[in-house]
Amino acid sequence: MTMRTIKYYLKSFLFLELVKGLMVTGGYLFKRKITLQYPEQKTPISPRFRGLHAQRRYANGEERCIACKLCEAVCPALAITIDVEERDDGTRRTSKYDIDLFKCIYCGFCEEACPVDAIVETDVFEYHFENRGENIMTKDKLLAVGDKYEESIAANRAADAPYR
Amino acid sequence: MSEDIVTFTVDDVELTAPKGSMLIQATDKAGIHIPRFCYHEKLSVAANCRMCLVDVEKAPKPMPACATPIMEGMIVHTQSAKAVEAQKSVMEFLLINHPLDCPICDQGGECELQDLSVAYGGDHSQYTDIKRVVFDKDIGPLIQTELTRCIQCTRCVRFGEEIAGMRELGMTDRGDRAVIGTFISKSVDSEMSGNVIDICPVGALTAKPSRFSGRSWEMMQHAAVSPHDSVGSNLFLHTLDGKVNRVVPRANESINEVWISDRDRFSYQGLHSDDRATRPMMKLNGEWIETDWNTALKYAVDGLQAVIKENSADELACWVSPNATVEEQFLAQKLMRGLGSNNIDHRLRQTDFTDQDFAPVMPWIGNDIESIERLEAILLVGSHVRKEQPLIAHRFIKASRHHQVKISAVNPRKFNWRFKISNELISSAEGMVENLAAIAKAAGAEQVNVSELINSSVVDESHKAIAEELKTAGSVATIFIGNIAVQHPQFSTLRALSHAIAKQTGATLAYLPEAANVAGAWLAGSLPHRFAGGSRTNSAGANIAEMVASPKKALILFNIEPEFDVANPAKAMDAVDAADFKIVINNYASETMKDYADVILPLAAFSETSGTYVNAEGFWQSFKGATSALAESRPGWKILRVLANLMKVDGFEYMSSEEVRNEVKEQCRDIQLDNTLAGDSPVADVPETSGLQRVGDVSLYAVDSLVRRSTALQLTKDADQNHVAINSVLAARLKLEEGDRVSVTQSGHCELTDIKIDNAIADDCVWLAASEELSIQMGTTYSPIELEKA
Repeated sequence: MTMRTIKYYLKSFLFLELVKGLMVTGGYLFKRKITLQYPEQKTPISPRFRGLHAQRRYANGEERCIACKLCEAVCPALAITIDVEERDDGTRRTSKYDIDLFKCIYCGFCEEACPVDAIVETDVFEYHFENRGENIMTKDKLLAVGDKYEESIAANRAADAPYR
Repeated sequence: MSEDIVTFTVDDVELTAPKGSMLIQATDKAGIHIPRFCYHEKLSVAANCRMCLVDVEKAPKPMPACATPIMEGMIVHTQSAKAVEAQKSVMEFLLINHPLDCPICDQGGECELQDLSVAYGGDHSQYTDIKRVVFDKDIGPLIQTELTRCIQCTRCVRFGEEIAGMRELGMTDRGDRAVIGTFISKSVDSEMSGNVIDICPVGALTAKPSRFSGRSWEMMQHAAVSPHDSVGSNLFLHTLDGKVNRVVPRANESINEVWISDRDRFSYQGLHSDDRATRPMMKLNGEWIETDWNTALKYAVDGLQAVIKENSADELACWVSPNATVEEQFLAQKLMRGLGSNNIDHRLRQTDFTDQDFAPVMPWIGNDIESIERLEAILLVGSHVRKEQPLIAHRFIKASRHHQVKISAVNPRKFNWRFKISNELISSAEGMVENLAAIAKAAGAEQVNVSELINSSVVDESHKAIAEELKTAGSVATIFIGNIAVQHPQFSTLRALSHAIAKQTGATLAYLPEAANVAGAWLAGSLPHRFAGGSRTNSAGANIAEMVASPKKALILFNIEPEFDVANPAKAMDAVDAADFKIVINNYASETMKDYADVILPLAAFSETSGTYVNAEGFWQSFKGATSALAESRPGWKILRVLANLMKVDGFEYMSSEEVRNEVKEQCRDIQLDNTLAGDSPVADVPETSGLQRVGDVSLYAVDSLVRRSTALQLTKDADQNHVAINSVLAARLKLEEGDRVSVTQSGHCELTDIKIDNAIADDCVWLAASEELSIQMGTTYSPIELEKA
């Protein structure tokens, strides 16, 4: 009989492992609780969080998007559809900018690809659709989201700027 | 090794090259890449971008590979620290003033500067001052400028000088103030100007019609062949979402090199015209109803059968577009002949058919297109080659740049040539015949059928000079018969005289067919007097002039608009109106068509069908459809096949256009191309003339229904031909001044317009181009016309 076998029998007869496990449980029993009462309480989220998409504007109200189509090209889920036109002032603009949220995998590549920080993913993650077709985020909807959350979008970009 | 070959080393690879060639040419051949912007294989060396600097051993400084002649034993490093350092520095300089906003640039994704800056550009800029700004110039409806992006490589300037033959763009000022601009005129009007879009390495010159419509990476590329002129330029159609978004050249050294004409490049706009026929339509009790194919085809078949039953099959006629594919031409004639009629013709703008039995099996250019560059003497008979076949004219320009080719012309007006012309004989239609006869006399030519003409002609110095040029050049001389000659009322006489001159001087006789598939139409038997393969029919059917003069009861119009495409539009429309039953098979359903047609079958356009074109060289080029047919339209060969099946004509069991093509090819197997004309071919009677004569050609942007609907091309200066012009001698006689209101009357139709004075036009002639709004209700060109002050 080796020393190893003796140790094994001792451990199993004295429930040493069980005691060890219960000590962890016991430790948590007296620790501060971290369970949140969602939705009343929420966890903090990273400025890099990738939630609902938005299109941003410049401070003067001009839409940022220049219809370069890089996000459309990079999108691995083919969720973005863009049509381009020359606006009356001669600039290149989208006449259609649709994101299909059913196709989107929230990888954030569109955000990365965008040369003008026009398409962004906000930290909004609580949204739902009630009717067929609402999953398509049109340009107007995206701009509306952008207008609504511009403050937090800008703050998040600023927070992440040193690491980019 | 011969003395003309030198051996040298590039990146430890031993290469050989002809002595005197530039380094970059040899490395390109060997597949060693050297970055470049200003160097272009088809243009002269400018060496002003400095991007191609390489490290040459024993040379103190890096040398530009595009301007460094190869020397025996030279050792070159393209990737050494010195070379890469030099290239990176050049790139940094180029990017100083070039905007870094690729995402909004239309060239983004296909930009040479963008590509090379990935390889050679730095990741930050050391330049902190304000970038240079150059204001954009509006240089016409085809090319968009964004001159801030220009890197002054001068490719466009050299293109104008060396390829298009006109210095339209130039560089003014020096150093960092150097800007590209239009030289003399305000816009770029060359018929090949669109090529600067391709050669511009950055986004300074881009295509205006397709501006901001898509990115290079999302378009699909499909090979195609030009549907306009007989050169058969090779094209790439770039499609986006199943629509043709732009057209670019497909390199083919023996046909179009790397260029295409603006007509080939921008005519695709016509594909998206609002009046494209989308569904089969038929006229019931004067009302147009859209219907399905079965109903429409049944209606068409019933109509045709009724005419055959009431009259005879000889009352059927078919007018085919000379731009229709070989397959369509062949099936159209097979259908007509299966029904018992020979009345089919594609020679819509021709007026003289006297010698049609003696015509060659197809109008042939006599040699290959490439060999035009080596000609030493050229005689143009009734040809405005620069606008009719721009890429043939480009070979003329090349010939005149290489060596002093002697080019002469016999025409109804002086044209604005882009090559040096030695003798230009300008006269009315009869004068053209007389001039040609005089040249024949000077050359000592004899030909039975035109001997009287030749003998009675008066020879002057220029006739002698032309004859002498042709004689001296001998076998390297060519007489080109162009579109104007084909539309001439004495085409047969011009042909006989040209042939006589060619025979006597040893020159080659060549035809420049007017449309994309004239050659194919001749081979496919789309003619009243010949079957496919050129064999004669037992009895000739009516040619287009006869069908216009004595209208047939039933008409099939295959992709033509008679008011624009037929020589005598007024009479042609009368003939159309006189017919009882009219089937229109067309890409479009215009209002005019709806006036006369009984049934309109929507036809797939050239980009939507498979088919074959035969170019002037007799070169068969097949292509596949790039996009699916618009809405309910169908490829022509399928429409004709089903029509024939329903008419119970045998031999129409084709499953693909290739089967049709193979059948035509089989019938053309033994054809030897030969332009020789039998000596006793009949010639046309001299038409009676009185008063003023109308002369004119067809503007290059009015030749077919596709270009007529290209909005950008219609905005160019070349498209603006809707006017009447006379020379100042005639103007003085009629007491007219530039801009005076005049009335022009021909065939009983009168139009009011402003007169232009242009001394290029022959005496006693009134220039009025065909296929223009002013002339579509009049008669033939080269016939009497009345002009009065209104």
